[in-house]
Amino acid sequence: MDAPDALRTDLLPREHPVRLIDEHGHLTEDDRYAAPPTERLLEAYGALVRGRRINEQANALVRQGRLAVYPSSHGQEACEVAAALVLRDDDWLFPTYRDSVAVITRGVDPEEAFVLLRGDWHAGFDPRAHRIAPHATPLATQLLHAVGVAYAAKMRGEDTVVLAMCGDGATSEGDFHEALNFAAVFHVPVVFLVQNNEFAISVPLSRQTAAPSLAHKAIGYGMPGQRVDGNDVAALLAVLGDAVENAREGGGPALIEAHTYRMQAHTNADDDTRYRDREEVRAWEERDPLRRMRAHLLAEGALDDATEAAFAEEAERTATAMRDAMNREVHPDPEDLFRFVHAERTPQLDAQWAQLRDELAREEAGA
Amino acid sequence: MSMIEHTRTEVAEQEAPAMTMAGAINRALADAMEADGSVLVMGEDVGKLGGVFRVTDGLAARFGEHRCFDTPLAESGIVGTAIGMAMNGLRPVVEMQFDAFAYPAFEQIVSHAAKMANRTRGAIRLPMVIRIPFGGGIGGVEHHCDSSEAYYAHTPGLTVVCPATPQDAYSLLRAAIEHPDPVIFLEPKKLYWSKAPVDVTAPAAIGHARVARPGADVTLIAYGSSVGVALDAAEVGESEGRSVQVVDVRTLTPCDDETLFTAVRSTGRAVVIAEAQGFASVASELAARIGEHCFEHLEAPVRRVTGFDIPYPSPKLEHFHLPDVDRVLDAIDTLNWEDR
Repeated sequence: MDAPDALRTDLLPREHPVRLIDEHGHLTEDDRYAAPPTERLLEAYGALVRGRRINEQANALVRQGRLAVYPSSHGQEACEVAAALVLRDDDWLFPTYRDSVAVITRGVDPEEAFVLLRGDWHAGFDPRAHRIAPHATPLATQLLHAVGVAYAAKMRGEDTVVLAMCGDGATSEGDFHEALNFAAVFHVPVVFLVQNNEFAISVPLSRQTAAPSLAHKAIGYGMPGQRVDGNDVAALLAVLGDAVENAREGGGPALIEAHTYRMQAHTNADDDTRYRDREEVRAWEERDPLRRMRAHLLAEGALDDATEAAFAEEAERTATAMRDAMNREVHPDPEDLFRFVHAERTPQLDAQWAQLRDELAREEAGA
Repeated sequence: MSMIEHTRTEVAEQEAPAMTMAGAINRALADAMEADGSVLVMGEDVGKLGGVFRVTDGLAARFGEHRCFDTPLAESGIVGTAIGMAMNGLRPVVEMQFDAFAYPAFEQIVSHAAKMANRTRGAIRLPMVIRIPFGGGIGGVEHHCDSSEAYYAHTPGLTVVCPATPQDAYSLLRAAIEHPDPVIFLEPKKLYWSKAPVDVTAPAAIGHARVARPGADVTLIAYGSSVGVALDAAEVGESEGRSVQVVDVRTLTPCDDETLFTAVRSTGRAVVIAEAQGFASVASELAARIGEHCFEHLEAPVRRVTGFDIPYPSPKLEHFHLPDVDRVLDAIDTLNWEDR
């Protein structure tokens, strides 16, 4: 058999995930990726503090019955924040249900961002205005939409980049494979960010794949794969930023695997004590993304009390806005059931709305 | 211009040229691509080959490989990518190579294409067309002859269209491409090489059935390749002294209840004909709607003539499965004619 034209080992990820700031906040040198400037890290730290507060507040709102469900990204905030910060306003973000912090960091009002998880039937925000797709609940399906959005932009000669997020479990889905393959064949500007948080509800990564790493899958599609410490926001900004700018310049798609850990249960409805031991969870607390960035910024002398207070205040304002929004009673309009299914309402839906309207009128008259 | 050419041009303007259904669809794609730079065609083998049925013949050469192109062989990928394109300003027309090969795209169609407008309160509508060569009667091997319309017709948010003539294939595909929401465009394979005049200036609107043949005693309701069976049965019925009306449904969803009900009320008898297996089918839905809305006008229960509730049979057995003229005439005979 003939050998391939080139072995393309340049597409393989490194042996160890890219890390720029270690668990103690110490900067480590890297020959390819430079640490972002301190002001950028300070901005990211502010977003991390806010992201952590959003996760805490959302959990509390579930306990109070104000949110239907919350898949928390506690412990994964560095991925959330970096995904939002590396994009321009005219780029596109494709989030999953666990990526509310990324959605809010990119500028969506928290009230709108939580509409879906409140149990409503729509995304809550205007995807076109924010250039953020509605949170995807089915796994990996949105990655293909990202490829199509990128194709359309490329066809018009725009330099838009699409960042598409998914989790480790989603890499087992057929649509993950099809999306990476289409992106590579069409050579479109999509950066795939896999947050490997080690669990798909209860199932560990070892049951999803026997690959050396998820990033190794990239070479199978002919795109570069890279692994990055998913709790190091500096490394994420550098690696994702590099992939985004490379895609923008016509370099094609890339697959980034961020190694992180889901610190809490899958959602409030899950019991993670049934499938993992506390020691494992505690070990990951040492690698917390906020703690390490704070240590780094303090050591650099870039974080003073006033700034910390300002970040905390900003986070608290967001939490208050979430509480206010979710505690407000919502009175959905029953006609909304029929309004958006088709651009022009069909005669059948007209008749069904007339029936419901009549039922409501009779109910009101009888009450 | 010579005199002869001039005369030819005049003739061409007077009489619409005959086209095959495949040719009419090809012309509709080309005209839509010419009229609107955001229309593109993609699928398996649609580029250089021109599609396994040659429906996209010449489009890649004429419009360039960025507007008519082959994709990797993955149906979910094709539909999912088209959804993204439609989210971002394009009007993709995708080809599923055969009916049963569209099933890998099912999740993208029902969970995303059909629901995106609703999930975004109308902020994102998806102007995309999924063309599916469907149905049997061509001696095809397994997985090549399914009548899969019920899956799509059952899904809220989809518009499902099925032409029975080259004219409707042209006009309805143009309308489907201009439609603001996803359209499933079902092309009866058996009719790809049927030929009839096509007037490319004739407008068509989605959502309208057509009375294909007038008649006073009984209404046959059909779509796609079954329209021909209904017309043949009507001809025979006429020779036996029954005046048989034929309605071509054309748009399966949203269904043109008004035309159907008016037709059935005028005759008082109805037979619904479709190739698809009958259980939980489009034919069943049409029969139920007619029963609910035309009961006072009916002389007899609405009958269905459909395929059996079996996987699509092999070429040697398919003629037993498909509705034919005799089976339709038998059904007509059961419609309580004693008083006449």
